[in-house]
Amino acid sequence: MVTVAHYLVLAAILFSLSVAGIFINRKNLILLLMCIELMLLAVNFNFIAFSRMLGDTLGQVFVFFILTVAAAEAAIGLAILVVLFRNTQSINVDELDSLKG
Amino acid sequence: MESVYLTIVLAPLAAAIVAGLAGSRIGRAGAHWVTIIGVAISFALSLYVLYGIVFGGLETFNGPVYQWAEVGGLSIEVGFLIDRLTALMMAVVTAVSLAVHVYTIGYMHDDPGYQRFFSYISLFTFSMLMLVMSNNFMQLFFGWEAVGVVSYLLIGFWFKRDSAVFANLKAFLVNRVGDFGFLLGIAALLLYGGSLDYATVFGQAEALSGETMQIFEGAEWSVLTVACICLFIGAMGKSAQVPLHVWLPDSMEGPTPISALIHAATMVTAGIFMVARMSPLFEYTETALSFVLVIGATTAFFTGLLGIVQQDIKRVIAYSTLSQLGYMTVALGASAYAAGIFHLATHAFFKALLFLAAGSVIIALHHEQDIRKMGGLKKYLPITYWTSVLGTLALIGFPGFSGFFSKDALIEAVHASSLPGSTYAYWCVLLGVFVTSLYSFRLLFVVFHGEERMDAHTKEHLHETPAVVTGPLIALAIPSVVIGWFMIEPLLFGGFFDGAIFVREEHDVLGEVGAEFEGALAFVTHAFTHSIALYMAAAGAIVAWFLYLKRREIPGQILARFGALYRLLVNKYYFDWFNENVVARGTRGTGKLLWKLGDQILIDGLLVNGSARAVGAISSAARGLQSGYLYHYAFAMVIALAVLIGWFALRS
Amino acid sequence: MIPTILFYAFAAVLLVAAIGVITSRNPVYSALYLVFAFVQSAVLWLLIEAEFLAITLVLVYVGAVMVLFLFVVMMLDINVEQLRQGFTKYLPLGVVVALVVVIEIANVVWFRSEGRAFVTPDPYPAGYSNTKELGSVLYTDHVYAFEIAAVLLLLAIVAAITLTMRRRPGLKQQDIAKQVAVSAKDRVRIVKVESAKE
Repeated sequence: MVTVAHYLVLAAILFSLSVAGIFINRKNLILLLMCIELMLLAVNFNFIAFSRMLGDTLGQVFVFFILTVAAAEAAIGLAILVVLFRNTQSINVDELDSLKG
Repeated sequence: MESVYLTIVLAPLAAAIVAGLAGSRIGRAGAHWVTIIGVAISFALSLYVLYGIVFGGLETFNGPVYQWAEVGGLSIEVGFLIDRLTALMMAVVTAVSLAVHVYTIGYMHDDPGYQRFFSYISLFTFSMLMLVMSNNFMQLFFGWEAVGVVSYLLIGFWFKRDSAVFANLKAFLVNRVGDFGFLLGIAALLLYGGSLDYATVFGQAEALSGETMQIFEGAEWSVLTVACICLFIGAMGKSAQVPLHVWLPDSMEGPTPISALIHAATMVTAGIFMVARMSPLFEYTETALSFVLVIGATTAFFTGLLGIVQQDIKRVIAYSTLSQLGYMTVALGASAYAAGIFHLATHAFFKALLFLAAGSVIIALHHEQDIRKMGGLKKYLPITYWTSVLGTLALIGFPGFSGFFSKDALIEAVHASSLPGSTYAYWCVLLGVFVTSLYSFRLLFVVFHGEERMDAHTKEHLHETPAVVTGPLIALAIPSVVIGWFMIEPLLFGGFFDGAIFVREEHDVLGEVGAEFEGALAFVTHAFTHSIALYMAAAGAIVAWFLYLKRREIPGQILARFGALYRLLVNKYYFDWFNENVVARGTRGTGKLLWKLGDQILIDGLLVNGSARAVGAISSAARGLQSGYLYHYAFAMVIALAVLIGWFALRS
Repeated sequence: MIPTILFYAFAAVLLVAAIGVITSRNPVYSALYLVFAFVQSAVLWLLIEAEFLAITLVLVYVGAVMVLFLFVVMMLDINVEQLRQGFTKYLPLGVVVALVVVIEIANVVWFRSEGRAFVTPDPYPAGYSNTKELGSVLYTDHVYAFEIAAVLLLLAIVAAITLTMRRRPGLKQQDIAKQVAVSAKDRVRIVKVESAKE
């Protein structure tokens, strides 16, 4: 039988993969954004699993809002990325060190 | 009478201000006239007060004349306490001061700092009067310090001489040590007695002797003992007692009138006077009295020894002064305050005489002070010689001379004392008599007798000094000889100081001595049969005659035999060496250490710059963290997340 | 039995897709893998009876967000090779951190949940509507949050547009305010023409 634990572990693996993704694709801004989307997906898995486990729809409401926010975030993040590319002709994170103190 | 007292104090001050600030306008004559008139007024009025108190039934005056400040219930006032002790001191101070003024006209005749000098000595008179007339500790301290300042100015009067500047600095610094103790003593009395007023504090003396204080952990000390010893440390500075005596010989760098009359006869007696004035306090603490006794005895004997090896005429007398001050202090320690004051008075005369005679010799030899270049002066300076002889006899205590009465009474009083240390003190003062006689006659013989060792040029111009110099000599010689006859009975045994000096029943050594007293003449004759001191003095004189006139080669042989002892004496027991190398260099070393280690390394380096540098270092480390690369921040977040989960998950 | 097989099958595909996302050389592939992963997730959500969210995920993410991603990836001229440099430099660290996270979460699920996670949620009864259920909560209890989310989306739209809008010099543009503020006498000049005299 598929238990909640299955979903939780799946979500954990998914989350770790996206963490690893951040480490691997550290230079590519678009891929970083994608990994974040993947992380949010893993989180959403957890919310849904717990919602079903506890019989409470509130968890799914949360997922709903997370989806909304993630969409907004993706839109703005990509917009920033486009502007950035327009200015520097690159999305190489290595070149973006103007925050350096 | 209040206005009289005020006039006594303020006349010299006004004269000092006029001579000091308007010196160039009123000229040299103007300067000495205004100051002499000022001091003469003080002198006349002091005599009037003394006469009034002793014979005229004038009441003891004790009261404030001006309130300077009131601080939290503590009233700081200018006030006068005029009793017999004060009146006597006033008379002595103004008399000596007047003599200095007159003598200075001759001595300082060619000095460019003429007006300044008169301003200083007038100011000194004012300070000394403030000191002796005070009725509270604050004013006493004021007078004390003012005397110290004027003394500093006078020793360094010839400020272009390195040695004078060094000497005045030394005097000032050594006195600072004493003054620190003095101030602590006053503070202790104020803390526990709650007042600066003499009468109030004296009233609590008995109660204070029972109270204890804790200065170091686990050591309970009597408040009164601590306070009295602190006060006496002040007196040790001002009255040049071992080990704070080192400044007095050096103070001879000043002009001779100053060395003579201020540093030898007046200022140094401030400490003696102060202890006598504080007799109601000292009487209740035998520890402090013993301390006084031992210090005084040590000073009396050991500084006298130094006089034997000195070659500078003024320094010999300076060491003699130290020794005599030791005698006075011994008297104080033995509770024979009156004897101390008596000796102070007689000493003021004969020591002033000796100093002025030395000054006369110095003038005659064109400012030559080395006794090895003198000798045989008897025939050139007859007046100086004979007055010197009288002064010397008075100093060694030849029967009938003033010094005999005071010193013999003093020795007897010490003999009668039963305080701890009194046996030591008795032997010190007895041997001191021999030493005194030895160095006094050595000086006399070497300077006035024997072969003539000055150069030819000096010899040609050698003649008796002018009248302004010899006048005071004669004037001082008379009291040096006779004053003892009149003063001994009332001063020591007649209850002259009743009410001014307080002696407890069990300490009343003078009473014991007085029990056998049957008049001055009997006292003199009695000495021939009973006094060891007299024969000690005679022995000293004979030894001096033998060594320095009869067999002049013997001192050299002794010197060769006892080289180590001689070196010890010439180097003044290495006090200066100790102060120079241990105290001064140690202090400088400590200061330098603290400066280098404490200030530069610890505070500047570690705390001030160190904290700045630490912030800088932390910042640059933190700056390294802030690489600006997005993924670094992302990594930090992710790793922190893993750690956070771990913490939550593993936390029990 | 069948749900279990389906779960493992889709979960496996999901993980493969996720690995594809993070290891693809080309960002376009990554985006497509991500689409794939979202679809698999939607199926898995269906399996656990979260139908509304599964549909929403497909519609919103696959339909909108991922299209946006693809759009951007294709629009920008990205030098992929440069971005791949040092690809493996942080791989060990990434693997270690990932493993740590997995182990930690698995530890929580297995040992610290005290068996509570090992339950199969009861299937909903027939006629149960997940959408209706969610809607009834969303429009009553969480209506404010819902409105705020709506405003947030609006804000995101405005922000994205303003960020990416470019004003090119020489571009002809209408100025509505000016057009409205115009009055007749600015445009029309009445000229009295003298009649010709022969």
